[in-house]
Formats: sequence, structure tokens, C-alpha cells
Amino acid sequence: MIGTSAGVRARVQSATVRLPLVGVRVPRRQLLAGAVLALAIVLLAVVALGTGDYPLSVPEVVSALFATDGRFEQTIVLEWRLPRVLVAIVFGAALALSGAVFQSLTRNPLGSPDIIGFATGSYTGALIVITLVGDSYFSTAGGAIVGGLLSAVVVYLLAYRRGVQGFRLIIVGIAVTAILHAVNTWLLLRAQVEVAMAASIWGAGSISLVGWDQAVPAFAVLAVLAVVLLALGGGMRQLELGDDAARAHGVRVEVSRLSLLVVGVALIAVVTASAGPIAFVALAAPQIARRVTRSAGLPLVASALTGALLLLAADFVAQHLLPSAVPVGMVTVVIGGLYLIGLLIGQARKQQ
Amino acid sequence: MRPRTASTRLLGLVAALVLLSVAVVASIAIGSRDIPLDVVWSTLSGGLSGRSASTDAIVILDSRLPRTAIAIAAGLALGVSGALIQAVTRNPLADPGILGVTSGSAFAVAIAVGVLGVTGVQGYLWFAFGGALLATVVVYLIGSVGREGSSPVRLTLTGVALGAVLSGIVSAMLLADPAGFSAMRAWESGSLEGRGWDGVLPVLPFIVAGCVIAFVIARALNAIALGDDLAASLGARVGLTRALAIVAVSLLAGGATAIAGPIAFVGLMIPHVARWIVGPDQRWIVAYSIVLGPVLLLVADVVGRIVLRPGELPAGIVTACIGAPVLIVLVRRQKAFGL
Repeated sequence: MIGTSAGVRARVQSATVRLPLVGVRVPRRQLLAGAVLALAIVLLAVVALGTGDYPLSVPEVVSALFATDGRFEQTIVLEWRLPRVLVAIVFGAALALSGAVFQSLTRNPLGSPDIIGFATGSYTGALIVITLVGDSYFSTAGGAIVGGLLSAVVVYLLAYRRGVQGFRLIIVGIAVTAILHAVNTWLLLRAQVEVAMAASIWGAGSISLVGWDQAVPAFAVLAVLAVVLLALGGGMRQLELGDDAARAHGVRVEVSRLSLLVVGVALIAVVTASAGPIAFVALAAPQIARRVTRSAGLPLVASALTGALLLLAADFVAQHLLPSAVPVGMVTVVIGGLYLIGLLIGQARKQQ
Repeated sequence: MRPRTASTRLLGLVAALVLLSVAVVASIAIGSRDIPLDVVWSTLSGGLSGRSASTDAIVILDSRLPRTAIAIAAGLALGVSGALIQAVTRNPLADPGILGVTSGSAFAVAIAVGVLGVTGVQGYLWFAFGGALLATVVVYLIGSVGREGSSPVRLTLTGVALGAVLSGIVSAMLLADPAGFSAMRAWESGSLEGRGWDGVLPVLPFIVAGCVIAFVIARALNAIALGDDLAASLGARVGLTRALAIVAVSLLAGGATAIAGPIAFVGLMIPHVARWIVGPDQRWIVAYSIVLGPVLLLVADVVGRIVLRPGELPAGIVTACIGAPVLIVLVRRQKAFGL
């Protein structure tokens, strides 16, 4: 690809699109991929809203969404099915954003929170709260968030040695996960049977129990976190170039790394608090988005859309396509696991 | 460096054996029902001639003894397989658990028990070996492809990823069918509780075979530690040694998983302790691992019986609690990579 500088500029301009309101230049491919992903989410959401014991056709779903006459179909769609579909979309997006942050920080596609195991910390926090205080939504959520943040800080400090190196972060994460797993087992063995049952249901990773009253506060917190993350996104791009280059570009490396870490943990902790640990969306979504958009870094918006689509599809499979309904966390484990093995084989082949 | 002559090494080995016998006695005497030492002694000496019918004797002969034997066999197998896998991958963070070998084994056993309806150790033993072998080969292949050959980082990451995937699927299967997997639940957590002699005896020949292979290839592994090219010029058959090591690791880790469930971190810690005592000679490392592995697993099992009285904490959980800090120390050390 040899061209004059004017030719290169022309090509860059034809490959990017200026967004009308915000005035940011976005690669055409990213815009196209984002639009296709968004369309797929809407279509799948409508299908999911119409599927169940009382099937509805697409026109019926659409009319139920926008009508105001309070028919039975409207109750089904708005009260019963819409919370679950929206939760799948929003939680999927949040998990993917969290994964993008961690993979960018560790500069490693495997450095996502499920591999590093912050979810286990959230589980420990929730378990402690359930055992000591009892099982209410807000106390569980608080315990999960504190547990996730604490284990994140511990992993970060233990991995710190003149800066944090990706590989060390992952190994320390594994070690801390092993200890927390031991603590979880100990807590579950000590707990009374009913408490252990409630904790196990939460620990399976299911979004079927999340209703409007829990979804709305979670949505609000996640929206704030997403906005903060988009504001931090520039620093994240610079950090991907390496600490020295980022420092040379005027980024305060440790400060922005720490704030990115906090936002990333908070995103996954809020989701884990409401739905339990849902594995592998955070791992797979950013990498799929990067391939779809052919972007150099991890594209945040496309990652969020991919994560939403992934979790929505996984929940559809878990709810309707399997012989018996299972928690969505199990479906994401299998999908993400297959994807992960493919990713590793691809990496190995590329190096050959 | 302190001088390490053969006699001091032998002396250390004797000390380790004394430690092992103390651990064995503790494992027999301590539990939800504590048994005085003189009763332990009279039962053990009398148990050979004729069975006494006291409750203590029944507890010792039917529950404590097989359990102790399981801990010895599994600890030994895990320690030696850890020593082998660290030597052959030249990766100080290698461990059958971390590299996904035990997860592969556990996955194959779960398929055998849950999908194919296999029951009994004899039935799923071969699945345990096959799963371990497959996982070892896959991790080794993916981890060692590339221009600079095997890199510890990629190898570890591959093992971790494969282990996470496989154990994720196993726990999903456990969740989906609680009734069919009720027997596997305790096994999956690495508990030594409630397994009889028939769980350990069929596996013993394979563990012995794995240890024999480990001693046979120990000299060649010493040469491989210097690098493949130098090892080849010293007359070591690098490819054959690697293949034998992988077979031995599969036999040992698969066997340990079959009798005790997926237990991590024993294979990580024991070779480091052994290397710290005897230096880099693989023959002595294997010999020490054979004695020290059982000590660690026995102690972990006894601790697990004490902390939750009258309940129990699975031994695999206790080894994780001890081993994880060791892993953190190792990865924080200045020269963590390269043996």
C-alpha cells in the first residue's frame, strides 16, 4: 500500500465517518459493525419477548410494547419478559466493558476478570453477608461489591513490584482465587442448609430472578460507570502503548490505571451482585468485537454491544433451546470455553 | 551453598521418613473421634493377627487406614508428577493442577460417570489417565508452538485456560444433574473422606510405574535442564525423554485424580521444597518428592479434620490455602522464570 500523503489522507477520510452531534471521527467499519450488532440485539430481543409458554408473534410483541390498553399480552411482555431481556442486554454490555478494561490493562486477551477471578471475591463477600446479615438484595449486592473491590486491591498489591506486569497479575489472581474458593467452601460448609441453598442459587449465575425493583438501581449505577469509563477511554488507549509511551504522552500512568481498575471491578461487581458470577462474557466479547471491527485496540462501544448480544443469546439458549431451563452462567461457560480454545490455537498457529 | 554430599542427602531423607511416620500416626489417631496412641498401636499390631471388635479398632481399620493410604498414594503421585512437569517444561510455576492436567482427568471422569454411566474406580481409571494425557499433550503443544519454543508464560496461560474451561464444564454438569453426580460432589472437591480400599488398590500399580519411569529418566532430565542442544550432545535422547515424562505425568496425575479428586498445589510446592534441600539433581528431587508429597497431603487432611469439627474441610481445599501463598511468593521472586 504505497500512496502519496494526500492519497493516504483521502483514504483515511473515506474510511472514517464524522459523527454529527459529538463530532468524533469513527472508522466506517466500526460504525457499520456497531449498527449491525445493535440491529441483531433488537431483533433477538423481540424474538425473546415473543417466546415462552404463551407464544406471541412479532407484530403482537411490538403492539404490546407500544400500546397502552393494558391487555394480557402487555402484562406478559412488559412485566414478565422485558425485565429479563433488558437485564441480559445491560448486564452483558457491562461484563464486556469490564472485560475490555482488564484485557487492556493486562495487555493480554486472557487477563479478564473471570480468569483473574474477581468474581470469586464478589461471591465471598456475598456469602459472608448472607451468612451474617441474611439474604436481602441490597445487603448481598453491597457484600459482593465490597468483596470484589477488596480482592481486586489485594491482587493488585500482591502483583505490584515496580509496576504491575500482566502475567504476574494473572498468576496472583489464580492464587488469590484458590484461597477465596477455599474460604467459600468453608463458609458454605459452616452455614445452615437454607442459607447454603440460597447462596448456591446465587452462585450458579442466573438472571431469571432479577425483577424490575432490582434491575432499575443496577441499571442506574451501570450507566454512571459506563459514562465514567468512556471518559477514561483515552488514557486506556495510551496505556495499551506501554507505560513509557503513555507517560511520554502525558498520561499519569498509575493514577489512570488504578481508576480504570476501580471502574472495571465496579462494573463486574454490580452485575455479580444481582445475577451471580456469569463467566466468559467478559473474556470473549471484547476479543470478538476487536475482530469484527478490525480495530487495533479494544473498541469499547462495540465490545458492549457484542457482550449484550452474547448474553441475550446465551440466555435465550438457556431458557428455551435446552431440554430443561438452566442458569445462563452455564451456557456462557460452554460458549466462551469453546471460543477460548479457538483463540489459543489461533495464537499458537500465528507464532509458528 | 552448603555442601550436599550423598550422606547428608541420605540423612535428610531419613529425617523426612521420620516426619512421614509422625504424619501417618497423626492421620490415624486424629479425627472426629480421637483415638489414644496406645490403642492405635495395639490395634495395628493386633490387626495383623486377629481383628478386635472395639469401635476404635473398626474406625482405624475400616476408615482411618484406607484414608491414610489414599493420602500417601495421592500425595506421592502428585509430588513426583509436579517434579517431572517442572523439569520437562523448565517452568517453576508448573503444577498438574495449574497446567490443567488434573482438570482434564476430572473432566474425563465426569464424562465417564455422568454420560456413560461408568461406576467404580476400575471403570473410570482409564478415563482419568486418558483425560490427563490428552490435557498434558494439548497444553504442551499449544504452549510450545512458536519460534522460541516453549515459553513458560504461554504454557502456564494455556494450562490455566484449559483448566478453567474443563472444570467449568464439570461444575456445570454437577449443577445440571445433582442426583446423578451426588457421589462425584465430594470427589470433585478433593476430599479424602469416605473412600475404602477398593478406591486405591487398582490405581497403585500405575503410580508405581510412573515413579519407576521418573527415576529412569531422571538423569536425562538433568541433561535437559541445560538446554535441548547441550542435552542432545551429552547423549540424552531429548524427544524420548519428553514423551516418557508426559506418560509418567499422565499416569501419576491421572492416578492421583482418580483416587483423591483434583488436588492442586501439592505438585507445585513439593518439588520446590525438595530442590531447596537437595539442589538441582533430579534423582534426589524425585526421591524427596516421594516422601514429602505424602507428608503434605497427610498434614492437609488432618488439618481439614480439625478446623471444622465435627465436620471436615476437603484436603484439596487445605492444600490450596497452603499452596496459593507459595505461588504468590514464587511469581514475585526476581528470577521466577527459568529453572
